Amino acid sequence: MSVDLQTVKRVARLSRIAVSDEEAARMTGELNTILGFVAQLNEVDVSGVEPMTSVMPMEMRKRQDAVTDGGKAADVVANAPATEENFFLVPKVVE
Amino acid sequence: MTDLTRLTIAEAREKLRGKEITATEITGAYLDAIDRANPALNAYIVVTHDKARDMAKASDARLAKGEGGSLEGIPLGIKDLFATEGIHTQACSHVLDGFRPRYESTVTANLWTDGAVMLGKLNMDEFAMGSSNETSYYGPVINPWHAEGSNKNLVPGGSSGGSAAAVSGFLCAGATATDTGGSIRQPAAFTGTVGIKPTYGRCSRWGIAAFASSLDQAGPIARDVRDAAILLKSMASVDVKDTTSVDRPVPDYEAAIGRSVRGMKVGIPKEYRVDGMPQEIEALWQKGIAWLKEAGAEIVDISLPHTKYALPAYYIVAPAEASSNLARYDGVRYGLRVPGKDIVDMYEKTRAAGFGNEVKRRIMIGTYVLSAGYYDAYYLQAQKVRTLIKRDFENVFAAGVDVILTPATPSAAFGIADEDMAADPVKMYLNDIFTVTVNMAGLPGIAVPAGLDAKGLPLGLQLIGRPFEEETLFQTAHVIEQAAGTFQPQKWW
Repeated sequence: MSVDLQTVKRVARLSRIAVSDEEAARMTGELNTILGFVAQLNEVDVSGVEPMTSVMPMEMRKRQDAVTDGGKAADVVANAPATEENFFLVPKVVE
Repeated sequence: MTDLTRLTIAEAREKLRGKEITATEITGAYLDAIDRANPALNAYIVVTHDKARDMAKASDARLAKGEGGSLEGIPLGIKDLFATEGIHTQACSHVLDGFRPRYESTVTANLWTDGAVMLGKLNMDEFAMGSSNETSYYGPVINPWHAEGSNKNLVPGGSSGGSAAAVSGFLCAGATATDTGGSIRQPAAFTGTVGIKPTYGRCSRWGIAAFASSLDQAGPIARDVRDAAILLKSMASVDVKDTTSVDRPVPDYEAAIGRSVRGMKVGIPKEYRVDGMPQEIEALWQKGIAWLKEAGAEIVDISLPHTKYALPAYYIVAPAEASSNLARYDGVRYGLRVPGKDIVDMYEKTRAAGFGNEVKRRIMIGTYVLSAGYYDAYYLQAQKVRTLIKRDFENVFAAGVDVILTPATPSAAFGIADEDMAADPVKMYLNDIFTVTVNMAGLPGIAVPAGLDAKGLPLGLQLIGRPFEEETLFQTAHVIEQAAGTFQPQKWW
């Protein structure tokens, strides 16, 4: 499988990365090189093989459903580019 | 007076406890060395002079009272991927511009609890994506090693290139690093240092900027095997803040050093003899085999039939996880924001300006292989192949193999701005051909220097162990180190 310019632009949109036509053209070549390399996986017979979900056999650790942390609104917003009264500010989303 | 920066951690620890030297003296020696060398090597992106001196002073107070932890007064460098409270933490990316976390990663918190001193933050490939430390927003790191009679600058490997260069160039006593596909072991091999990637789940990932969560592990880079054991003991812990942190006690790794390997079964996988591998790498591997045989180990030929599929499977799994993990950098909660005409435009412009080319490439590949219609063909297939790769290792361990010996990298360090690698991303990815299998299977792996090539550049061997048998790796790596010696670059900077 290989990707064309239109697909690259669509993937860039899904990735939320703005790309110029020139960049998209360059990326098409690079992505096809990588997709060509990974295509060899199709040689492998995987019938009856389960996909890996956890590399170490482990059970997800659970804890009591109780408050263990919090009250740190000022810390949470401390690194944000734009805030007001402990809220993140973003461009208008709803008209 | 001896140069304090030349002491190993074990030696410095003795001299600090014996009050022959102070933490303030050794920290000062390192800060001077960094200030002199960093313009040439670019290993540090931030040097925390004041904090280092304050921490050293506190260490001296504890040492004076006969108190202090296992790393009391030992100056370390920290990879920029680790969150350090109030201090530059950007994964060497522009997208995290100005980020100063309000929290400390578990691994670094463990080191400070044990008394270590922070010298600063180390350069790395952006978001740990790279094998040459050339994708950093802060520019490439230069390897302290030059080929004999040459002034040509070489890469230190990546992504933990700053860590490896700082350790090799005597700019810290040891360093933290991380390894997703070889990012500890490949730079260690390129700089004549020791690097260990522990078993998945051994070090907490809490507070480490995520690249590929099912593969990422923290570990140390150090000047010798004992120092690596000392550092890992402190870095590893059981952490409720990381649900994949494994609940088992951390052994005293240092105690494994000096144990005999007599009777140990060492596997030599035939699939690691790859086309185009330089004769010198093959010869180094044979030397390693001979050393372990002389020390009484039993050498057995083994087969890991799915080895060649590890790298292609990795280049589906890792980008897929990265595309998801890096979705958080959107210009809202931290870091860079580039204004746009609406919120989507802001996201797209922020991410276009904030991420470098390699990171964009991997996010795009990851987004593509996870997208509707391609998920089964790429991602599911890769996850099935990953099961087979792990099964290969399980089979040889079940047959009684204790440890596997391989080369660490397919070549020695290459030049900065290598044209072949710039033209073809896959050429760069092939650097990790021997290391990536270990991440895919979640196993521990150590790179240990084993010799110099004809040009005088360091080469490393890799040992792969059973899950949570890091002690076997330290024990065996020490035997190789005893036979091979240790290697230091000639100072040119």
